[in-house]
Parts: sequence; C-alpha cells; structure tokens
Amino acid sequence: MQSSACKRLVATLKTPTQAAALDLAAWSELVANARAANLAGLLAERLAAADVAIPPEAARHLDAVRQLSRRQALSVRWEVHGLQRALCRLGIPLVLLKGAAYAVSDHPVGRGRLFGDIDILVPHDALGDVELRLMVAGWASAKTSPYDQRYYRTWMHELPPMVNVRRGTVLDVHHTILPLTSRHSPDAGTIIREASTLPGLPAVRIPRPEHLLIHSIVHLLHEGELHNGLRDLFDIDGLLRAGASEADFWPRVVEASRTLDVVAPVAFGLHLARHLLDSPIPPPVLEDLLNAAGGPASRLLTMLYTTAMRPENEAAESAAAALARFAIYVRAHWLRMPPYLLLRHLAHKSIVRLKKDEPAADGRA
Amino acid sequence: MIDVTLHLAPVTVRVRSPFATVRRHLETFYPDALHGSGKARHFIDFDIHITHGTGWRRWLRPQARFFLDHAEPFLPLPATQAAPLFEWGLNWCLASRPLGYLVMHAAVVARDDDALVMPGAPGAGKSTLCAALTFIDQWRLLSDELAILAPECGTLQPNPRPISLKNESIDIVSRFPGTRLGRRYTDTRKGTISHAAPPATSHSAAARQARCRWVIFPRFVPGSAPRSEEIGRAEAFARIAEQSFNRDRMGETGFHALCEMLDKARCFDIAYDSTDTALAMVRSITGR
Repeated sequence: MQSSACKRLVATLKTPTQAAALDLAAWSELVANARAANLAGLLAERLAAADVAIPPEAARHLDAVRQLSRRQALSVRWEVHGLQRALCRLGIPLVLLKGAAYAVSDHPVGRGRLFGDIDILVPHDALGDVELRLMVAGWASAKTSPYDQRYYRTWMHELPPMVNVRRGTVLDVHHTILPLTSRHSPDAGTIIREASTLPGLPAVRIPRPEHLLIHSIVHLLHEGELHNGLRDLFDIDGLLRAGASEADFWPRVVEASRTLDVVAPVAFGLHLARHLLDSPIPPPVLEDLLNAAGGPASRLLTMLYTTAMRPENEAAESAAAALARFAIYVRAHWLRMPPYLLLRHLAHKSIVRLKKDEPAADGRA
Repeated sequence: MIDVTLHLAPVTVRVRSPFATVRRHLETFYPDALHGSGKARHFIDFDIHITHGTGWRRWLRPQARFFLDHAEPFLPLPATQAAPLFEWGLNWCLASRPLGYLVMHAAVVARDDDALVMPGAPGAGKSTLCAALTFIDQWRLLSDELAILAPECGTLQPNPRPISLKNESIDIVSRFPGTRLGRRYTDTRKGTISHAAPPATSHSAAARQARCRWVIFPRFVPGSAPRSEEIGRAEAFARIAEQSFNRDRMGETGFHALCEMLDKARCFDIAYDSTDTALAMVRSITGR
C-alpha cells in the first residue's frame, strides 16, 4: 500500500469528506482503483453517507455499483432460500460464511459489497448427504479433473466448488475453516454450535460476531491470493468495529482464537488491520494475542503484506507487489500443507499448466 | 505506441496500443473524437490497452490481447485482428461494466428524436438493414450493435461507431451511397468483417437522445414473400429481454425501463428477401 493512489483510496474510504477536494482526473483514478480493489461499492456507500458532492462522471459508476450490490444482496438471499429448501430435510445446521452471512443478516459490512460466490459451513459427517442433496437441487461440481477432486476431498477444508447449472452461481461447501493439512486445526463444531438462527430460515445460521471476524482474518491470511486483499481487510475493519459495540466482544475474540487454535493468524491479522487501516483494537488485546502467538508481529511479513495489499490494476504494474504476492502465495501454501505435499502439489500444477498452456491465474487450486 | 483519449458519447475511453492498425482504425473512424494525452484532466470510463502477446507468442504466433484496467476479460486474438478486437472489446465494456444503463443487443436508428430499435438475432441481417436505413434513407445512426437505454429518462443514448459488416453484407453495403469502408479482416470468428463509417451527421448529433417509437424484429429470409406483422408488447418484451446483456444485473430498474420503453412503442415482426423490400416495409411502419 505504498503508492499515492492506493493511499488516497484508503484515506478516502476512512474519511470520505476529503473527496470533495479532488479534481476530475483524481476522481477517475479513485474510481478505477476502488473498482480494481473491489471496493467501489463501499466507496459509493461511504461517500453517500457523508453527503459528498460527486461529479456526474464518477457518480454514474458509483451509483451503478451500489445498485448492483443491492441487486446481488437480493440474489444471495434468494439463493439462501434455495439452499434452505434443498437441505432442510437433513435436519442439520447450515452456517453462512463471509458475504452471504453479511447479506442475509443485514450486517453493515455487507453494504455496498459485491459477491463472488456463496460460502457455507456444514457438519463434516453430513458432507455426503449435503453434496447429494445439492446435486439434486441443480448444483454440480465445477472441478472435473480427478486430481482436483482428490485435492479438495483429501486435503482441503471444502468440497470442490459447485456451480448451479441453471444460474451459474458458485457455492463453496466448507466443513471446517482451514485446510485439513494446515498447521492449525480449528474445530468448526464450535462455530456451528454457537451460530444464531434467522427468522423464516430454520436451517440457516449466522456465526457469532467473533467467529465472523476470526474466519475473515484466517481466510485472508491463508488464502494466498490477494486479489481481494484490501477488500477483505476492510471487511475485517468493519466486522471489528461492529462487534466492538458489544461489551464483551474483545474477550470473546481472544477466547475464541484460543478455542479454535488460531491465535497466531488472528494476532497477525489484527496487527495488519491496525497497521494499514488504523482499525480500533484495544492495545492490551493485541498485545496479549501477539504474546500468546510468540512475540511481536513479523516485520518481514508486515512489509510483504503492506507491499502486496493494493488494487489489482496497480499490483499488475508493480514488480515489488508481484514479488511480495508470490512470497505470500508460497507462504500460504506452506501453511496449508506439509512440505512434501506442497512440493507434490506445486509440481503437479505446473505440469498441468505446461500441458494445457493455460494462464497461471486459472490454476487457483 | 499510441496513448489517446476518445470522447465517445456516452463514455470517455483511454486507448493505449503499440499496433499501427489500431491507430489507423481510430484515425479513420474516430477523427473528431480523438485527443492526445491519455490520462490527464479527463474522467476515464474505460482504460483500454491492446497489446502484444508475451514471450514466444510475440514472434511465432503474434497475438493481440485486450486489457480493461489491467484485467483481461477474454482470450487473445491473432495480431492482425487488433482493430476489430478494439470494437468488440469496447462493446463488451459498454455491456458489462455497471454504468446505470440497460444495454441490449440491437441496432438503433432515429428520425429527429423518434427511435427505431431492431433487436438482433445473429444472421437476421440487422447490420445490413441498419446500414441501408442510415445510408439510403438517411436515418440517424445511434448504434448498430448496442441499444443503450437510460432508465431515469427512458431515452436511448447514441453511441455512433463504425457499423460492423460481415461476409456478404460487406459488398452489399459498399454499394450504398456515401459509404466509406475500412479494411477487411478475413478469418475472424465471424468470417470476414469490415467496418463502415457512420455519416458525419450521426456523429454531430451524438449528444441528442431519442425515444423508442418502434421496435422491429427483422428477419432476412432468401426467396420469401415480404411479411410484416404487428406483435404484442408482451411478446416483444420477452424477445428483447433475451437480447439484454445486463438485465439480470439491472434488476427491477432494468425491468421498469424496458416496460416503459415498450409502452411508448409499436412492435413488428418483419421478413424480407431484399434490402429494398425491407426499406419499403420500414417506411410503411414508421410513415417516414
């Protein structure tokens, strides 16, 4: 986050009124950066809430993204009703994660946010039934290669992504929040048990606020791809601000990080949010978590994320960002699986890529 | 290497490209819209970069790649097709990026402020008829590919760009009075294509919006007897909605905009086997 344009985006999101001083070229850059970071909707909402006068050229982009995000929130609700119908007979809780949880529970973080796919978390022993029911309801596995199927089923925390054959919406079915091969082994049962119900959707659950925050952090730090890194960081900022309105929120975050065995990533994620976005985190909480994780946050890692965390259009032009992103990608895989498995996986992926001559971006798994 | 700004109602586009063919295409078809210096002072709606393939592809099987804001939305084409790639890519930008317009696949021409919308099933002869109306009957060209409907005022937004002609229609249109065709690109996905420059009057009226008065679904059927039939608005709605690129994303706003557009229009289904017959039918429908 070292370029002036990226700093301006972050600064404007934090203090929208300063946009009033921008000229047309600066607005152009601001909108382009916000879009590239997948933050245009949030920018639009915050500018509107602050009643900032926007030049019409920029306003039509921002208004349209706002409209799109509202439309998407409706669609997500509709999909969730479909999931409720498809899975209600199983009598299991169906926990929404990330964007779907924000949209369906009307969480402030969902305002202006755009969605990629729908993430759900279900009990591990119900996975087979869930997959079968979803297939009957029109969801099919998007990964066809036997290797990818095995990769997900043996080592990952989710089924291979499913795509609805009629609508093209993508569904990620998780049974825990981190890969099975990861160094950390959170017990997803805690999240599922403590999740709260929703009116009119008996099977659907929303995770507790501290679990939403923790999952968002763990996801950002283990994903390895930072296309939405800055957006995810703003999610984290929004989640902790909203959560902090409950008196015992921070003790619960600390407690849940311990219970879920993710103290280290949570400590670093919070450190990052404070470092990059000045997120309001009580200093003793951060200190305790960092101490429990084994000391102050790594300077190198902080520097890598600071360099890598920027809108896509800028990342594409910066060699430093590309290098930092590669380092984070390798580290994330390092965290995801033991070394021999990592080597095997990367070797397999590069051979497949060579054979197909496919661009690297497609080889997400 | 060019780096220019293109003021092209309703958007402003920055184009960067090392291809001389792209530069010539822009100079031929957008002389009035072209301005130097890509980025300074303007609000840029689309930042487009058409560039070479990387590595060995640059020399062995040269490619043209399309980037919008550094993202590559579709696969590269052979380098010889860099200029048509610009046109296709720009259509994609207008149809895909949220700008608040309902965008449909249709040709639009107008007389004064009364617009005639012709939704396009591929191969229906939409572009040929659109070119005939423009060059022979002097309708004003709004667009031969994209009907851009502004929901808040219910008007169609002109986007006068080169008419894209395919295969046989290239020769047919080249015989129309006042046409100016660019070079031919063979072996594209759509066969041979070429572009016809819109008349200067269409360019100069690019800020003037029009209201839909007629919707005509044209169908070219070789050897058929001419047939013209007025159809109900509900049927027209269903058929034109299918041709909308962003109807789902526009949600309720798009639905209401399309309803309102059709409320003020009469809709026809026509079949013909020659340009003259088609023009005669359009004249009798529109009274122009």
